[in-house]
Formats: sequence, C-alpha cells, structure tokens
Amino acid sequence: MSTITETTVQVYQVFIKASPEQIWEAIVDPTFTTKYFYGARITVTPERRSTTSPDGAESWGEGPVFEFDPPRRLVHQWQSLYDPDLADEEPSRVTWEIEPQDGGVCKLTLVHDQLEASPKTAASVSGAGWMFVLSGLKTLLETGESLS
Amino acid sequence: MDDDAVFRALADPSRRLLLDLLFERDGRTLGELDAELEMTRFGVMKHLRVLEEAGLVVTRRRGREKLHFLNAVPIRQIHDRWIDKYTERMVSALLDLKDELEGTA
Repeated sequence: MSTITETTVQVYQVFIKASPEQIWEAIVDPTFTTKYFYGARITVTPERRSTTSPDGAESWGEGPVFEFDPPRRLVHQWQSLYDPDLADEEPSRVTWEIEPQDGGVCKLTLVHDQLEASPKTAASVSGAGWMFVLSGLKTLLETGESLS
Repeated sequence: MDDDAVFRALADPSRRLLLDLLFERDGRTLGELDAELEMTRFGVMKHLRVLEEAGLVVTRRRGREKLHFLNAVPIRQIHDRWIDKYTERMVSALLDLKDELEGTA
C-alpha cells in the first residue's frame, strides 16, 4: 500500500490563454504578483525567491530557487512565513510547469510536494489556497483585471 | 477550460465516485482505484480518461507508476461562474437546513 502521497503532494492545473512568456513574467515579477498572490510582492531570480508585504516593508519569506528555466519550469522552496504556526514547519517545494497547447493556450501545472513534515502548511495551501492564486493569475492574464 | 467537458465528466456516478476517492486520498494508481470500483480495469481507464480530458484529473509519473491526482480548479471555476453568481446564499441556507433536518450538522 502506498500512502506516501497522502496530502504530501498536491497538484493543480489550469489552462490560460496567454503566451508562456507572459505567464512566466506574471510568476516572477512583483508588479504582477501583487495583483493575484494575496497582495504579496514576489521576486524570483535564478537563485532566490523573496516575498514581501504589498508595501515592501515586511519580509514574508525568502528561499532558494532549485530550477529556473524560463519560460517553462520553475522550482523553489516553500515556507509559509506569513503565519507563525506554519513558519515553524519544515520547508516544502513548489514546481511550476508551463506547457504551450494549441490555440494560444498554455497548460500551467503547479505541484506542491515534500510536505511530509509540514501537515499544517499542507492543509493551509490545499483547496482554496492555491486555487485562489491560480484563478487570479488566469483572470489577470486573460482580462487584465484582479479578482476582487 | 471547456465547461461542457467538465459538466459531461461530472454527469456520471462512477466518475464522481472516482473524484471522491481521490479527494479522500490523492495520488493513486489505476490499480488502487480499480480495486474500489465494481468495474473492469478498462472501464475505469475510460472514465479516468474522460476526467483527465476535462482537466479534473491530472496524472504524474513516479518511477514506473502513473499516479492520478484530483485537480479541483475546474470545479472551482464552475462554482465561481455558476454557483457564486446566482445562488450561493440560497444554496448555503438550503444546505444548512438539509444538514439540520438530517441531523448531520
């Protein structure tokens, strides 16, 4: 019996009518992330991914980038420093994959894994957590508007 | 995503059961899912393919295994488009009433 994947791997997928380059930009550029990622300013370089509050005053976390392959694949560490309860848990891992499809559409897959030692983080990001981010990203890229 | 494909995929009790099974425990192989349904493996495969085409199931490889994951994003989009807009308050009031009457609240 395999139980290792129980809530320790989460997969989310969404189709977005945008180019791979536009989607990549929206993931790594803080001017975009503030509009769909709970207001967070997220900056991703080939080495680090750092997050601050919307006004840039407070750090919401920083961690290593494991793979940086624009505009196809980004893998980085995840730690939920925005919540003290979650901040104490072990870091986990997030993978973004952008795959172009026919008709100017891309398939964006997000995998959040290595959550074995972080059950509270797993529960916190599952369900509405990542879905809100991905729906917001889709709406932003397709309509230019933020989800309210 | 194509709403029609999602509604079609949801319009079958075996496929809804498969989604519920993945909701309980995500990342299962065909063999693990197959064991839960009274159906041939071929039948389960066919249903999984419909769910995958609708974007409700995403498969990932782990070594030689192909694992099936529930992707609830299309259901969320249907919810936002068809439930939220028209009836969310009424639905939640009715569900509360149902829970209360059935004693599950």
